[in-house]
Amino acid sequence: MPEHIRPGGQASAPVTTESAAARTALIALALAFLALFLILPVIVVFSEALRKGVAFYLATFTDPDAQAAIRLTLIVAAIAVPLNMIFGIAASWAIAKFEFPGKSLLITLIDLPFSISPVVSGLIYVLLFGGAQGYFGPWLKAHGVEVIFALPGIVLATIFVTFPFVARELIPLMQEQGNTDEEAALTLGAGGLRVFLTVTLPNIRWGLLYGVLLCNARAMGEFGAVSVVSGHIRGLTNTMPLQVEILYNEYNFAAAFAMASLLTLLALVTLLAKTLLEMHYGEALARPPRM
Amino acid sequence: MQIRVIDIAKDFGRTGALRGVSLDIRDGELIALLGPSGSGKTTLLRVIAGLEAPSAGKVYFGDEDATGVPVQKRRIGFVFQNYALFKHMSVADNIAYGLDVLPRSEQPSKADIRKRVQGLLDLVQLSDIGGRYPRELSGGQQQRVALARALAVEPRVLLLDEPFGALDAKVRKDLRRWLRELHERTGHTTVFVTHDQEEALELADRVAILNAGQLEQVGTADEVYDSPASAFVMSFVGDTSSIPVEFDGTRLTHEGKPFAAAFAGSCPSGGRLYVRPKDIEICEVAPGRLEGRVVNVHRTAAGRRARIAIGTGPVVLEAEVGVDKGPSVGELVGLEVRIGRVFAD
Repeated sequence: MPEHIRPGGQASAPVTTESAAARTALIALALAFLALFLILPVIVVFSEALRKGVAFYLATFTDPDAQAAIRLTLIVAAIAVPLNMIFGIAASWAIAKFEFPGKSLLITLIDLPFSISPVVSGLIYVLLFGGAQGYFGPWLKAHGVEVIFALPGIVLATIFVTFPFVARELIPLMQEQGNTDEEAALTLGAGGLRVFLTVTLPNIRWGLLYGVLLCNARAMGEFGAVSVVSGHIRGLTNTMPLQVEILYNEYNFAAAFAMASLLTLLALVTLLAKTLLEMHYGEALARPPRM
Repeated sequence: MQIRVIDIAKDFGRTGALRGVSLDIRDGELIALLGPSGSGKTTLLRVIAGLEAPSAGKVYFGDEDATGVPVQKRRIGFVFQNYALFKHMSVADNIAYGLDVLPRSEQPSKADIRKRVQGLLDLVQLSDIGGRYPRELSGGQQQRVALARALAVEPRVLLLDEPFGALDAKVRKDLRRWLRELHERTGHTTVFVTHDQEEALELADRVAILNAGQLEQVGTADEVYDSPASAFVMSFVGDTSSIPVEFDGTRLTHEGKPFAAAFAGSCPSGGRLYVRPKDIEICEVAPGRLEGRVVNVHRTAAGRRARIAIGTGPVVLEAEVGVDKGPSVGELVGLEVRIGRVFAD
């Protein structure tokens, strides 16, 4: 057999890949960046948090202000994430399954929160609902509703910022799956809601879960937009990221990092869940839809 | 169930539109909707199913006007081109789906459903795979599960969209024969869409041929093959080649030269003469005969076929030649047209 067509022979190696030195250099460079910019900071967060010992670390979370911040963060996420999940499913359903005028505009608008600075997102709500100068502020005040510097404002800003996550995840998935499964269910006599629950939802469940995870991580971690509308009232309108900033500015580093470690932990758990999902859902996507 | 489609039109901004199609589908018959892609055959099937609403026209199921009846209430069985099996359900759950979604008052008991599902699995010869998932099945098995699922609701009509399109040639032939047998056993009125004329001729009682949103001809395999109603039908069903001809009242002429040919069709002044390769014989050059030069000779599955350039133009006729003998490339030959059809341009 001639040298140049020997299957898997070394003669063909240089054609398909870089030289060994180049490969090693590229991998080393990537790993070095990863270590410097991603792994090291995570280690620093936890080591700083535990600098004064485990007892101090745990004591940080017994502080009423800290507990209030954690509670507020959980409440905000508990409202914003389900709402965005519903919106995300509705929007991706509409975009993937129907033709209507303004469709491409809708797709562009869904991405708006990604491309706009979070501070601006916050300011929009101050401008709309702010007490003295906002468009609806005076009217709301007259009816005893507080939006800015209160929970509703924080929730609104969070919803705005985390708007695209679920929809972005579902649109390509639903577009790829098309309508035929739903049509099959219809021909078998199923009603609309039934079709959604028994066919559509199972088909998108992994993508949906993934989108919700990302949405949740951002909802809990959002700083910029929330900072503008929150007013930083301790024990009342401080979320976890805002609490971290306050503690840090007071040179209370151990407590700041302790709080930060909780957020980091959330990120790590999300990442882990995402990886596990990808192992499952990546396989589902890689499998050809028709065999 | 007899189905009547009356003057159906469907406007799309794209291909697959229908322009006034009327078709009677007889009770218990197996009928093929045959046409090239974009001819509207799938659209017609989906209109019958209720998956598309026609822009004009009526669909009758027996005496019932079904035009406005939603797809869920039509009691049809539809098999999709890619089967559309529910991936997250077992085969048994897929088949039981249509029974599970019935209103509680009409729903059979769990035991009855299980029995029905097993009966259908037996019918499609997949008795042991109820617990498996669609991804674990071959294409042919998925196709049969889709059919069982469609039959579970005891449909009034069975509609199949390119039922064998996604299968390889061998499986396709086996399934075709099997579907025919199944049809004879169950007697369901069945409509299937195909672009494969061989499939349509072999499987269907009657074939409805669509082109550009209009019905060209409906008839048995013999009728559409031997008595095509239009040039389109003649060239779409079976192989055909053609030459432009004039008719002077007694004889056909090509490029002014008269030639002898047996032909059918009405053509006051001429048009094109369509001939099947099996109906052209290659012989000696002689006066009053078509003649041409052999461009090439190629093998077909059963025999060999010569392409012959006629006269001066780019016109090519195809003729069947024997496997062992035949003209050589470049040779000038005479052509005897045993039977052809003339259609106006």
